[in-house]
Amino acid sequence: MAADDITEEHIALMKDVLIQHVPHARALGMNVVNAKRGEGWLSVPYREDLIGNPQTGVIHGGVITSLLDNACGIAVQLALPERMSIATLDLRIDYMKPATPKLDLMAHTHCYKVTTNIAFVRGTAYHTDENDPIATCVGTFMLAANRAMPMPITPEVAEEAAKFLKKNKEDQA
Amino acid sequence: MSGKAVRDINALMQAIPYARFLGITVDQRGNEITTVMHFSDKLIGNPVLPALHGGTIGAFLETTAIAQLAFEIEGDSLPKPIGLTIDYLRSGRPVDTYGRAVITKQGRRVATVHAEAWQDDRSRPIAAAHGHFLLKPADEPA
Repeated sequence: MAADDITEEHIALMKDVLIQHVPHARALGMNVVNAKRGEGWLSVPYREDLIGNPQTGVIHGGVITSLLDNACGIAVQLALPERMSIATLDLRIDYMKPATPKLDLMAHTHCYKVTTNIAFVRGTAYHTDENDPIATCVGTFMLAANRAMPMPITPEVAEEAAKFLKKNKEDQA
Repeated sequence: MSGKAVRDINALMQAIPYARFLGITVDQRGNEITTVMHFSDKLIGNPVLPALHGGTIGAFLETTAIAQLAFEIEGDSLPKPIGLTIDYLRSGRPVDTYGRAVITKQGRRVATVHAEAWQDDRSRPIAAAHGHFLLKPADEPA
């Protein structure tokens, strides 16, 4: 498949495998909104059980951490020439302003460099305007860190991923 | 202990919806606190390994730092994170995770905190974080 033809269909598959099979992403209600080579856009809808400050109703910084971490991982997967497992090495987050209560969170992440062992990513969390950020982050990921976690860039791969997850579930049972 | 009233940090944490969502409690013994993130399936990030989601570990370390600040520093409002750097040292297994934090510098407005998370063996941390927190926020943006 050509490097840049990530279509609506692939995004739908990513939603399925990268969100539905990642329990924490699902628990937060995370969504892949858009994707292209090396870049991802994810959202988390506002929910009262994600509040960090009960006095103000502002979402907990940890939700932004989870969203950015997940979105960075997806950007790395979208930048890699082939599927491989990745692990977060470090992640630095700067909080610019509190999230506004009742508004959904968005994250845009960009994997701007991939070397033999390491991928470099940066990202922004915001509500509607990326130029008015809630938080920014920069992170590094270790490549080929562990057993394969399939990435559904193509329908064939998504099918393979589903099989892999099913087998894993059976092995655990 | 000093004469000041000891705050119930666990009760303070249970008032935070997201701390409850992650299953975080605080074990308070004398002048020390340990945070605990009780394992549940929704903390998983990689079901194949399985491993905890990096975001939950980051959120746990941030909460551990906030708990330590609330424990040591008096004030009505919770400290707000300014920046947090998380080092992921080992994969988090699907078991309970423990956390401790140390305030490395406390200024008038900003405190610097170092936090560590471990599972079975405290000498083998799964992650460490270093962060800055705003203690007395100026006028907050709306």
